[in-house]
Amino acid sequence: MSDESTSVRARPEAIKAVPVRHPARWVGLGVIAILVAMFVHLLVTNDRFRWSFIFLEYQDGKRGVMFTEPVLEGLRGTILLTISSMAIGILLGIVIAIMRLSENKILSSVAFVYTWFFRAVPRLVLAVLFGNLNILWERIGFGLPFGTQIGQLFGLDNFDGQFYSIKASDLLAGFVAGMLALGLSEAAYMAEIVRAGIQSIDEGQSEAAVALGMSRGQVLRRVVLPQAMRVIVPPTGNEIIAMVKDTSLVAFVPVTFELWFQLQQVSARTFVVLPVIVAALIWYLILCTVLMVAQFFVERHFSKGYGAAAKAKQRLRDIQVEQGGRITGEAP
Amino acid sequence: MTNASSSDAMVRADNVHKSFGSLEVLKGVDLVVRPGEVCCVLGPSGSGKSTFLRCINHLEKVNAGRIFVDGDLMGYRERGGKLHELGEKDVAKQRREIGMVFQRFNLFPHMTVLQNVMEAPCRVKRESKAEVRDRAAGLLERVGLGAKMDNYPGQLSGGQQQRVAIARALAMRPKLMLFDEPTSALDPELVGEVLDVMKGLASDGMTMIVVTHEIGFAREVGDNLIFMDGGVVVEQGPPRDVIGNPQHERTRAFLSKVL
Repeated sequence: MSDESTSVRARPEAIKAVPVRHPARWVGLGVIAILVAMFVHLLVTNDRFRWSFIFLEYQDGKRGVMFTEPVLEGLRGTILLTISSMAIGILLGIVIAIMRLSENKILSSVAFVYTWFFRAVPRLVLAVLFGNLNILWERIGFGLPFGTQIGQLFGLDNFDGQFYSIKASDLLAGFVAGMLALGLSEAAYMAEIVRAGIQSIDEGQSEAAVALGMSRGQVLRRVVLPQAMRVIVPPTGNEIIAMVKDTSLVAFVPVTFELWFQLQQVSARTFVVLPVIVAALIWYLILCTVLMVAQFFVERHFSKGYGAAAKAKQRLRDIQVEQGGRITGEAP
Repeated sequence: MTNASSSDAMVRADNVHKSFGSLEVLKGVDLVVRPGEVCCVLGPSGSGKSTFLRCINHLEKVNAGRIFVDGDLMGYRERGGKLHELGEKDVAKQRREIGMVFQRFNLFPHMTVLQNVMEAPCRVKRESKAEVRDRAAGLLERVGLGAKMDNYPGQLSGGQQQRVAIARALAMRPKLMLFDEPTSALDPELVGEVLDVMKGLASDGMTMIVVTHEIGFAREVGDNLIFMDGGVVVEQGPPRDVIGNPQHERTRAFLSKVL
């Protein structure tokens, strides 16, 4: 067969076939539709939800329970607690991950013991523990380590070597105790996530960077961590969302400046149980939805230079350039 | 061994030994490379040629022997007859002067081509951004990738990536370039474009050590050819002589397989 004859062959008719049918899918869809309809019916017709109590007016002349002042205050507390404990968790987590990967055996075992301890103890127990830790000290401050003992060594009775200190029960209680309990626990999980991220990066990357004369800090900041972020961000999003919900544990510290605790107070005052729980549920849903949207954009930022879509787009552009800027197959 | 003093050699390796655990990879390698010279290193896989190259810029620590680059002892300072290990900063300072190109390119995938080339001069040497940008653009133009500056490495072919890697190394204005099998990971049709860039560099007078399997390149561009096997230099000399008329049995056996 010559080349000529292949090039003049007519293009066969495009395939028009009857698609495969999926009856089981339709049955499944039907079942789901019925369940959804039942659920919506429940929400709308069952007056025990007391939607107006939640949204509009929970006592005469007062706003719906979701929007009362103490509850909004609690919401602010929950957000603040999430941000501050996650900040501690992420920063300390990075430090611990780096320690864990250190060539120095002592540093890496300290990191190991840290993660072992804080992953092994339930957050609820940690929250109660930190709420009671101030029993151990009268005052907490900055100064010489073993200041009191050094003072006694030199016969000074009231020397404690502290430059600045405050009463332990003022510092290590309520919000700070809750923040530390959650943050230190989070650091253990974040350390594992960051370690996985760093280890996922090809050795050749840091080799190339080091060969260019970059310091180890620069290699980490400029080359390894930005790439590791692709691996780190999705589970970190998970952690933040889990943290929003775990803030409710600090009610046991106790911390009153928190959403769930405040709503429980309303419940105790008004003897209304279910609508209050639903109000809390709606707030948590809203918070976590916002976070998930944010996560989408952060993930997109750190996937620069990766991904099939970006590559395909580029290849298409290259082909178009080669063909003189015309899109192939487009009608003239 | 050549009787060149360390002062007029760009690279001088004296009796370099390197082992990984109980495995001795380099068993006494000597080498002298003069400024402007292109030295090609040939040898079967496992002969220690890549390891030797990595010892030159101290990516691997040697166990015995000395390596001097432009008169500087790599990785150590000799004081009072005693060797002191150099700190991270001093090693980094030595490495700045030595460009390295890897078999697997190792471009930074999260940066554009231009950012890849600009990164080290801006961050390591703290040169002004505008100046570095001009130089980087010039270098990319020179390796034929002026139009790809804003692409990410993942959008380039292997040959293009390797040319970017060469430009990235050159941006630090090195006095020595190390190439670790720069064409081994490339499709055959892309090898030529990378070798062309390297030929251009050689004719501009860059001192280069090239670990390669490209016999043609070694014969055409190399001033000196080293054949390594079993962790030692078996034979060396002008490429035409070594390739055309190998003296050692092992060189002959290797060349008969690859030619």
